[in-house]
Amino acid sequence: MEKKKLLEVEGLRVSFQTHGGTVQAVRGVSFSLHEGETLAVVGESGCGKSVTARSIMRLIPEHIGRITEGHIRFQDKDLTALTEKQMRELRGSQISMIFQDSMTALNPTITIGEQIMEGIIRHQKVSRQEAREQAVETLKLVGIANPESRLKQYLHQFSGGMRQRIMIAIAFVCRPKILIADEPTTALDVTIQAQILDLFKRLQEQTGVSIIMITHDLGVVAKIANRVNVMYAGQVVESGAVRDIFYHPQHPYTRGLLGSMPRLDSERDIPLKSIPGTPPDLFAPPQGCAFAARCEYALEVCGRYQPETTTVCERHRVACWLQDPRAKNIWPQRDEATG
Amino acid sequence: MASFVLRRFISMVITLWLIVTVTFFLMHTIPGSPFQRDGRESNETVIQNLMAHYHLDQPLSVQYILYLKSLVGLDLGPSISHYPDTVNNMIARGFPVSFQLGMAALLFAIVSGIALGTVAALRHNKIIDYAAMVFAVIGIAVPNFIVATVLIKYVAVEWKLFPVASWGTWKHIVLPALALATGPLALIARMTRANMIEVLNQDYIETAKAKGLSPAVIVCKHALRNAVLPVVTLLGALLANVLTGSFVIEKIFAVPGMGKYFVDGINNRDYAVIMGTTVFYSALLVFLMFLVDVAYGIIDPRIKLHKREG
Repeated sequence: MEKKKLLEVEGLRVSFQTHGGTVQAVRGVSFSLHEGETLAVVGESGCGKSVTARSIMRLIPEHIGRITEGHIRFQDKDLTALTEKQMRELRGSQISMIFQDSMTALNPTITIGEQIMEGIIRHQKVSRQEAREQAVETLKLVGIANPESRLKQYLHQFSGGMRQRIMIAIAFVCRPKILIADEPTTALDVTIQAQILDLFKRLQEQTGVSIIMITHDLGVVAKIANRVNVMYAGQVVESGAVRDIFYHPQHPYTRGLLGSMPRLDSERDIPLKSIPGTPPDLFAPPQGCAFAARCEYALEVCGRYQPETTTVCERHRVACWLQDPRAKNIWPQRDEATG
Repeated sequence: MASFVLRRFISMVITLWLIVTVTFFLMHTIPGSPFQRDGRESNETVIQNLMAHYHLDQPLSVQYILYLKSLVGLDLGPSISHYPDTVNNMIARGFPVSFQLGMAALLFAIVSGIALGTVAALRHNKIIDYAAMVFAVIGIAVPNFIVATVLIKYVAVEWKLFPVASWGTWKHIVLPALALATGPLALIARMTRANMIEVLNQDYIETAKAKGLSPAVIVCKHALRNAVLPVVTLLGALLANVLTGSFVIEKIFAVPGMGKYFVDGINNRDYAVIMGTTVFYSALLVFLMFLVDVAYGIIDPRIKLHKREG
């Protein structure tokens, strides 16, 4: 399914000026998003996945955060070169974002209807009546019963799952090309999570929207994603189709992530595996591979030089020295299924 | 909503009764009496008769019951020192003037305070922010009678922009209202700024940005409403503050308001006037608090829910 590239991120670097110095939150991230696909971005807290997403929306906090290098191509525009005003035209209409905590991400003192409708009114030349009809339509689409009466209600009158559906409705009301979801299911309980993920799938089937799903939950990835970017310390260390990542992980970090997932068939009294150590300090990123300090397979070269990104097969790419021909005999080959 | 209003109303009445009781007994612990002051000698029988006329010879508990009785009939009694004037009349004459002045001051304080606070928050840690906050600190720190004298000296006397020391046209309100407004203005500005900075960091502001809304819409529609909520709570107290705090200002600008009667009442141990003005202002304050609670429920829909549950 070789579809058209919708979004292409190339060598993106983002840094923040803080009192403690400059944090390099994103350090040269490249990936592309195709029409109608779901790309999952996984990684632990602080690995730069949210910052990458916000960079696409150009929503990194002004004053302190800055895209220092790289390009974000969407359709025929470079989003990093657009003015704030041009960017506002795209936000909500072409690219939308769904935030993690629907309790705080919605305004408590404005009706849900108004919060949905203002996006329509902002981007389309329609009357309030038409905007209301579209809002009702979208609420139906995301599975909210009695949308007409629900429009007049406030945030606190909805349950957690309902609130997340409303967040999705707000993001989706102008039928954007790209939906960026920043951990949309993290604050929800498991049954609601499944419903929300189904909703994403259904929206994609019906409208062909491309989704960037930021998550640290590999269960979510397995359920919804076509492709996966594994991020570590502000870089994409491995990317590929879901089955490649789950069944043939190449990067030791990806293996670590998969290995630290609880399994239904494992012995009860065996403690969960974890990756020892903590991610590197992004005020002063290490010279070589960022994962080297925690990697059980680390070679001497890993601490000195950044690994190149190599292609394993098709669109499965990995940045690791173990891929180098000279290291082949150390690395357990890809016959060993982990997932 | 109705049961909420009713409950608030009942607690309002109880509060007032407590205030009346405490004020009544406290007032009578002050040494001196309306007829013995300035060391003047008066005829003993005359004083006896006067005391009897105002029921001051009765035990305190009886006086208290008598006072409560007349209070229920909304009669604040006759003035002791300004016979035959009644306290009701004094309030009827003085209050509209004080009210007019207070409202003008408060309106000015609210509008400029919120504007100043918002601008400061939007330019957080920039020169405008610092300037606004220096102004606000000065506004809180400098007593309003100093502001009043400065205004009189420059605006009225040297530049002759506005008249002083009389009362009649709208021009006479400007300077006392300005002097009266500085404190509340500074308070509102600081509060709006602090709230605004907090609100602008909320997640829903980011959601609004993600919709592509312009900064003006985000501030006016999404931020301001939430940022001024705490200011609304403050309004009842501020209004009472502006009304009662105008004594000195009224004196300086020779405004014929209620402040005059209140101060005179204390000096003359005019029990009826002290009680009357205190009760009146308390009632006003408590009633304003009540209005603010109801207004809060209208602005912030979440409060309605708690009422229904409770």
